[in-house]
Amino acid sequence: MEAFDYSLKELHEQLVNKETTIEKLVRQSFDRIKEVDEKVGAFLTLDEENAIARAKDLDKQLENGELDEGNILFGLPVGIKDNMVTKGLRTTAASKILENFVPVHDATVVEKLRDAGTVTVGKLNMDEFAMGSSNENSAYKIVHNPWHLDYVPGGSSGGSAAAVAAREVPFALGSDTGGSVRQPASYCGVVGLKPTYGRVSRFGLIAFASSLDQIGPMTTSVEDNAYVLQKIAGHDERDSTSAHVEVPDYLAALTGEVKGLRIGVPKEYLGEGVSEGVREKVVEALEVLKELGAEWEEVSIPHAKYSLSAYYMLASSEASSNLARFDGIRYGVRHTGDNLIDTYKKSRSEGFGDEVKRRIMLGTFALSSGYYDAYYLKAQKVRTLIKQDFEDLFLKYDVIIGPTAPTTAFKLGEAVDDPMTMYVNDILTNQINLAGVPAISVPCGLSEGLPVGLQIIGKHFDEATVFRVAHAYEQATEHHLEKPQFKGGADS
Amino acid sequence: MERITKEQIRHVANLARLELKEEEIAHFGEQLDDIIDAAEQLNELSTDNVEPTSHVIDVRNVMREDKTKPSLSNEDAMRNVPETEKGQVRVPSVLE
Repeated sequence: MEAFDYSLKELHEQLVNKETTIEKLVRQSFDRIKEVDEKVGAFLTLDEENAIARAKDLDKQLENGELDEGNILFGLPVGIKDNMVTKGLRTTAASKILENFVPVHDATVVEKLRDAGTVTVGKLNMDEFAMGSSNENSAYKIVHNPWHLDYVPGGSSGGSAAAVAAREVPFALGSDTGGSVRQPASYCGVVGLKPTYGRVSRFGLIAFASSLDQIGPMTTSVEDNAYVLQKIAGHDERDSTSAHVEVPDYLAALTGEVKGLRIGVPKEYLGEGVSEGVREKVVEALEVLKELGAEWEEVSIPHAKYSLSAYYMLASSEASSNLARFDGIRYGVRHTGDNLIDTYKKSRSEGFGDEVKRRIMLGTFALSSGYYDAYYLKAQKVRTLIKQDFEDLFLKYDVIIGPTAPTTAFKLGEAVDDPMTMYVNDILTNQINLAGVPAISVPCGLSEGLPVGLQIIGKHFDEATVFRVAHAYEQATEHHLEKPQFKGGADS
Repeated sequence: MERITKEQIRHVANLARLELKEEEIAHFGEQLDDIIDAAEQLNELSTDNVEPTSHVIDVRNVMREDKTKPSLSNEDAMRNVPETEKGQVRVPSVLE
């Protein structure tokens, strides 16, 4: 077995029983990165020297008996998506404009993980500023899907998903604005959660669309995912949109029990545009849950088909405002022009890639005088209707289930300059961000050799039920034990 | 098609502080046209009595006491600034 074929709890037990050391685990992570990352491309920046020094320090704490046995994450290596700031460690958001940016503080999630004793091995590749569904929008390098190297890993947290799938790290953090944790988790056959909006602090997350962004864990099992969320969730006074809602014991929720659970399956999630292979696996998964005692029936999300347009209007509008801060003045790369405005323009035009420019243009248009009511305000009203659709369903159902993405991973290069085709990838995930509810993607089998993800959606702040259902399903099947084989690539 | 003119694209690019080449203006123009065309679909829905949603959870103004707390040193705050002078950010001339 590879070092990271074990669960986080098993790795923790190995440390407690002195079968391994933190330094060994961290070195195993770097060894694995050296072995496979040239093919995968998951990491943008490594922090080997500091990580090993920190591992040695933590090992000393272990020797001195300073181990909190309930703290499963202590001493475990982690990869962080490159849009979360890490003090002293370059953070680029996969953009040229931040090529030289070394943050002077940590994001709250990074601080919380460090307080728990994790060791950051490096920063993970992504679509530039989290805008994309294939990771082909990274300004540095593309990420290859570990299941088949000629295919995309999904995006925008493609590096996080691929690194976990390839067992380069036992877990990673991603961020999800319209599906950016769940869709790559689906494509790479790992577990990815988008928590409820407000569940996890966004302080130190480089903002894309502030009313939609959430940070979430990416792992190889539901139990691991619950351990990570437990550590990063909760109110943070530095993010005034983080919620004052108690964080329950997520591990206690993993009972394996789903008897009497009421599941709604929206007909829109299994209809047109969803591939046969994906539909088949999702229906099989529903049958598994039925055998475990859950009940499901077909329901409808009447406004589902409007979510794609509403999402791109809102996300792009917020992005155009959020990305105004990148102007080459206080940080990032400056391209000096004749005057100040010219310097802004040169810095931004040289620094941003095409997809980022496209969305800034779309958002600026939607917010501009004369168009605001017709596009931005209209989309915000449609958002209300979509949110109501979910609220109505949750009066009757405990969870809503469907596929995470309409297809399995597609080939690299297939959709890169066709925004509308690319955007359709998000069609089953972005409405969850619009509604603000939590959702997880768990592996539910392979279709033609590529992973399919099952999406389980819950009520606001009810990640516990989402975990419970995902865990019960996972324990009844073996899909999460299947591992990528690095097919394809230049050698084939 | 041609929902957005090249003149509008230039105007929007200026608002967004982007400098676009001629071919980018044409290319982005077409793509934005397609995206906005698709967004017209939202007009099928009557939203006259619907409140807009800007935040999905109930967020009110969050206040705190106006107290000084430890903050970044000048050295740290200036660490990523491309051009500095005497602990300040140096920028090209604002006024001609």
